[in-house]
Amino acid sequence: MPVRAAHAGPADRPGDAPPGAPAVEILSADKVFANGARGLAPLSLAVGEGEFVSLIGPSGCGKSTLLSLMANLQQPTDGRVLWWRGGFDAVGREGRRLSLVFQDATLMPWARIAANVRLPLDLAGVPTPQADARVAEALALVGLADRARHYPRQLSGGMRMRASIARALVTEPNLLLMDEPFGALDEFTRNRLDADLAALWWRRRFAAVFVTHSIYEAVFLSTRIVVMAANPGRVFREIDVPEPFPRGDAFRTSAGFADQCRALSVALMEASLASGQGAAA
Amino acid sequence: MTPLVQSARFREVGPPVLTGLVLLGLWEGTCRLFGIPEFLLPAPSAVARVFATDAPTLLRALLSTLEVTVMAFGLAAVVGTLVAFVFVQSRAVERSLFPYAVMLQVTPVVAIAPLIIILVKDTRLALVACAALVALFPVISNTTLGLRTVDPGLANLFALHKAGPLQTLVRLRIPSALPLFFAGLRISSGLALIGAVVAEFVAGTGGTGSGLAYEILQSGFQLDIPRMFAALFLITAAGVALFLIMAGLTRLALGDWHESERRPER
Repeated sequence: MPVRAAHAGPADRPGDAPPGAPAVEILSADKVFANGARGLAPLSLAVGEGEFVSLIGPSGCGKSTLLSLMANLQQPTDGRVLWWRGGFDAVGREGRRLSLVFQDATLMPWARIAANVRLPLDLAGVPTPQADARVAEALALVGLADRARHYPRQLSGGMRMRASIARALVTEPNLLLMDEPFGALDEFTRNRLDADLAALWWRRRFAAVFVTHSIYEAVFLSTRIVVMAANPGRVFREIDVPEPFPRGDAFRTSAGFADQCRALSVALMEASLASGQGAAA
Repeated sequence: MTPLVQSARFREVGPPVLTGLVLLGLWEGTCRLFGIPEFLLPAPSAVARVFATDAPTLLRALLSTLEVTVMAFGLAAVVGTLVAFVFVQSRAVERSLFPYAVMLQVTPVVAIAPLIIILVKDTRLALVACAALVALFPVISNTTLGLRTVDPGLANLFALHKAGPLQTLVRLRIPSALPLFFAGLRISSGLALIGAVVAEFVAGTGGTGSGLAYEILQSGFQLDIPRMFAALFLITAAGVALFLIMAGLTRLALGDWHESERRPER
């Protein structure tokens, strides 16, 4: 299977992490909010090296909550989250870099695009010449090399999102978390950015977790899709997408793509049926 | 076809200047037509004559008032910013101190000025204290609000990348606060001038009076109404100048990125 070939990639073997350790692991974690509402039932999920996992499900299924657990922005009420079989303290070290792309571009309006992309390096104290080179590389990667001196407001929504992705990539993450990054964009822009993201992932082969509402987007990008159900938020079904990479426009119109989309649609319908009743906290 | 009329600069400045000229013309015309005596309503030309004869005295008075204003404004800006930084350290600190900041704000300066003038020996220092008191509150409240108004997404990003408190302050909180901080300064600069003039009025002719308020009082006693108008005009002009300087500073600091300073792109 072509997906497995990713594991043999020489580039991204984590330095001090145990070999073969999943990049992020949710161990029977649940989330009960302050108001007593149950966001997530205890669930377990592991995302390994070279995997591109999409989280999809009806609204309220906790996919964004799950993602923020993986980003350590929220803590589970019970259970654990592990990064490369370790705690969050070790995240950020060589081979254990984590980046997050938000729903909005979330750029600093007062800083030029280059300075925005550079922020994670500045916070980590990377020396200037090295940082400059990596910022230039990241901007070139997302096709924004000529916009380095612009301010965010001078760019279109799609370009701002590209800048946001460049900022996430500049640290050369081993794990990239994305929360509906292209949800606010029109379909043409979204398709183009999806294609670019697929190509990027194929080149860098970081572990990726991608929250989305779009069936097409999930199938196009993922090696595995996690379908979630609500009330309480839980993993409903996991679907492998064993289609070959690199994926381009030809894949979008292929029979395999259509089959996968159909299978995912069915799973989603069942998931939303399963979300209707049940333990509404 | 005339480039002057079409330029954006003219479109911005032209209408208010024209309005002013028309009003001045009407005023002058009315005074002459109905022969209104100067001690009731002097014509603009009479006021202009005062400027011609009395310029040195009036300008010296203006300078004196401006000195008090600028010193008070600077004091208010520095103290206000420091207080705001203290406020954002903890909600408890803000809760215990904020009511007193409000009390400072709502007490009319005319009412406390006599007290301050008695307490502070140096009259000039007393004037500065009064004016600074008036100018202080907008800086405190706006800067506090600004330091608290941080994009939650960016705050998450900083947390994710393990930014320290100092990094977060310098790279996130302070830049986020700038638009509101400058809005506060703009209000405060006008208030400093008002505070300075009011304090001068209260100090009256008894003090080492040399400011514009003193000139207005003196002119009133002497029924030299055109001179009164001339002093009044200078106060207004000083206020407008202050406003323009602050607007320019704001544009300099935020013009590149903040929506409020965004110029329509042509």
